[in-house]
Amino acid sequence: MDDCVLLAHGSGGKLSHDLLRDEIVSVFGNPLLERMDDSAVLDIQGRIAFTTDSYVVTPMFFPGGNIGKIAVCGTINDLAVCGARPLFISVSLVIEEGLSIADLRKVLQSMREMVDMTGVRVVTGDTKVVNRGCADKLFINTSGLGVIPSGLNMTGVEVGDKVIVSGTLGDHSIAVMSKREGLEFDSPIESDCAPLNGLVESMFQSSSKIHCMRDPTRGGLASTLNEIAQQAMVGVRIKEDQIPIQEGVRAACELLGFDPLHMANEGKLVAFVAAAEAERVLLKMREHEYGSNAAIIGDVVEDHKGQVVMRTSLGSSRIVDMPVGDILPRIC
Amino acid sequence: MRFIDEYRNAEIGKPLIERISQRSRKPTRLMEFCGGHTVSILKHGIRQLLPGNIEMLSGPGCPVCVTSNSELDKAIALSEIPRVTIATFGDMIRVPGTHTSLQKAKAGGADVRVVYSTTDALQIARDNPLRSVVFVGIGFETTAPTVAASILTAKEQRITNYFVLCMHKLCPPVMRALLDSGEVCLDGIVCPGHVSAVIGSMPYEFIPANYGIACVVSGFEPLDILLAVDMLVDQVEAHMPKVEIAYRRGVKEGGNRRALQLIEEVFEVSDGEWRGIGTIPGSGLRLRDKYRSFDAAEMFDIPIRSSVEPKECLCGDILRGVKLPSDCTLFRKGCTPAHPIGPCMVSSEGSCAAYYEYGES
Repeated sequence: MDDCVLLAHGSGGKLSHDLLRDEIVSVFGNPLLERMDDSAVLDIQGRIAFTTDSYVVTPMFFPGGNIGKIAVCGTINDLAVCGARPLFISVSLVIEEGLSIADLRKVLQSMREMVDMTGVRVVTGDTKVVNRGCADKLFINTSGLGVIPSGLNMTGVEVGDKVIVSGTLGDHSIAVMSKREGLEFDSPIESDCAPLNGLVESMFQSSSKIHCMRDPTRGGLASTLNEIAQQAMVGVRIKEDQIPIQEGVRAACELLGFDPLHMANEGKLVAFVAAAEAERVLLKMREHEYGSNAAIIGDVVEDHKGQVVMRTSLGSSRIVDMPVGDILPRIC
Repeated sequence: MRFIDEYRNAEIGKPLIERISQRSRKPTRLMEFCGGHTVSILKHGIRQLLPGNIEMLSGPGCPVCVTSNSELDKAIALSEIPRVTIATFGDMIRVPGTHTSLQKAKAGGADVRVVYSTTDALQIARDNPLRSVVFVGIGFETTAPTVAASILTAKEQRITNYFVLCMHKLCPPVMRALLDSGEVCLDGIVCPGHVSAVIGSMPYEFIPANYGIACVVSGFEPLDILLAVDMLVDQVEAHMPKVEIAYRRGVKEGGNRRALQLIEEVFEVSDGEWRGIGTIPGSGLRLRDKYRSFDAAEMFDIPIRSSVEPKECLCGDILRGVKLPSDCTLFRKGCTPAHPIGPCMVSSEGSCAAYYEYGES
């Protein structure tokens, strides 16, 4: 095999076949994939959750992860926060010619690790190679199927619910940005990229009163809370000093003029839980590797419908809005 | 976090707010000059914490907002010249000029890059010797020294493809113009923190002396601003206007000598064109003749198009403190951060964007 991907690898001929067999199918090997049919034929019982997402992160490798790890975790998390147990995923690669095979292997290996860790199976996929300049090294699309266990029903947020986040916010954005812009910190900030299906499963074991769950990825917690407030026509009230944010992330945000609540997360969830069971869910979350810094940050109220209001540490309150467009550094 | 948490400490803040409430008797109208102050005041809900007799107005201290459309149009026209790369601070790319924005020019094929500092812009010039890299030099005395330093570095390292489109503006002259206009009646000014770190507090001495208005230089954290308001209230109540510093950890009376030397070496004072205010004599900076070869306005044949300010937009009045964002019929309706009409809705330091984002009216 050459040491980089050539346009010819996407031609559908022998080179394509070799790339697929030697570098991709061999990594994700399972009987369903190895049949190499045009579709995967799956036996699934019950209510199904289905999701898709495309991953275009630059740089491909960043502290705490890479594009492959995110591509698997992101889709698993989208399924998990709907209460589904992730079962099957597809993997489509759009490769810019010239990508080194070594980098491709590293990415696929990370995907394999996440697949093994979570028990999902890659059952179908596609690979395309495009001319240099037509993509940025590697784009990945994954779709996922999961089954919602019978009896599990998230009924939607209710006034009085507590808002719980599973850990520190903004780690992913700052990790990627620091790598992209060459910003260096004394203690490097790592992306929180992680699969949350295990955490979600343990949360449902502890309570049947989890009314709604989301993963606050792009747009950060601010966007997710605003979406919920607007969809359910409720107010969301949060307290600034209860929101877990790593010291380094806070510092980076202060320096650059960013709001940590606008920063993306790749291994966090926010849950709306009936007040009476919130503490129990919180304790259960804290027992889990990916929920050890979980915190109750606020509640759902009847006032200010459709808006998120934050109580500042000084005792005043302000609206928390979604970010607009690209998040840009301040001037001075 | 050190240097942040101390300045947001509610246990210190609450007694300070009580003290202000007890001591402030007269209706008091204060202007925070700097956009950074406006953002901090709204972000931390400081207006809600102050007694009702204290009014806070925002001034013309947002560097993006005061850049006029004709200046912005020049930057956009430059981006359309073949083999020109525009390097700019982030906020500028979204501001709509007369016809388009840098963001749209980029989508149309122009090479427009957001940089964190002039160091990044210089590096782009080094890495792309066949392109002309133009840094959009906006901002007040705060950003001017770094731009000056970049020009000196370019000269020393013989980087001949680096240019600056100089639109720098000076604070004290616009303050004088604002007060001379008589449009706003002020009792006190929260003077800018970062600008004063460069120029010091002495350039504001004419304000209490000639206009009887109190001046306190403030930092950007909530307690910095509360302390500045507290000191302003003391001055106002005692009828003893003067210039004081509530930001001792950043500002000395004499400013930063090295930064001032850099400005002096590279720039000379010129007239400045301000959005919503017009041309103010002696309120701008231009490159001295000996650095002419770095001046994008001199070195490129920039196509001139007629520039107009957006109709109905009150950014100019808002920048002068004559109107509040909520006075503008476009605010929250035709003009939002997603679809801005005027620059005050675009820049993160703009009054309209801050009022919109933090939900104040």
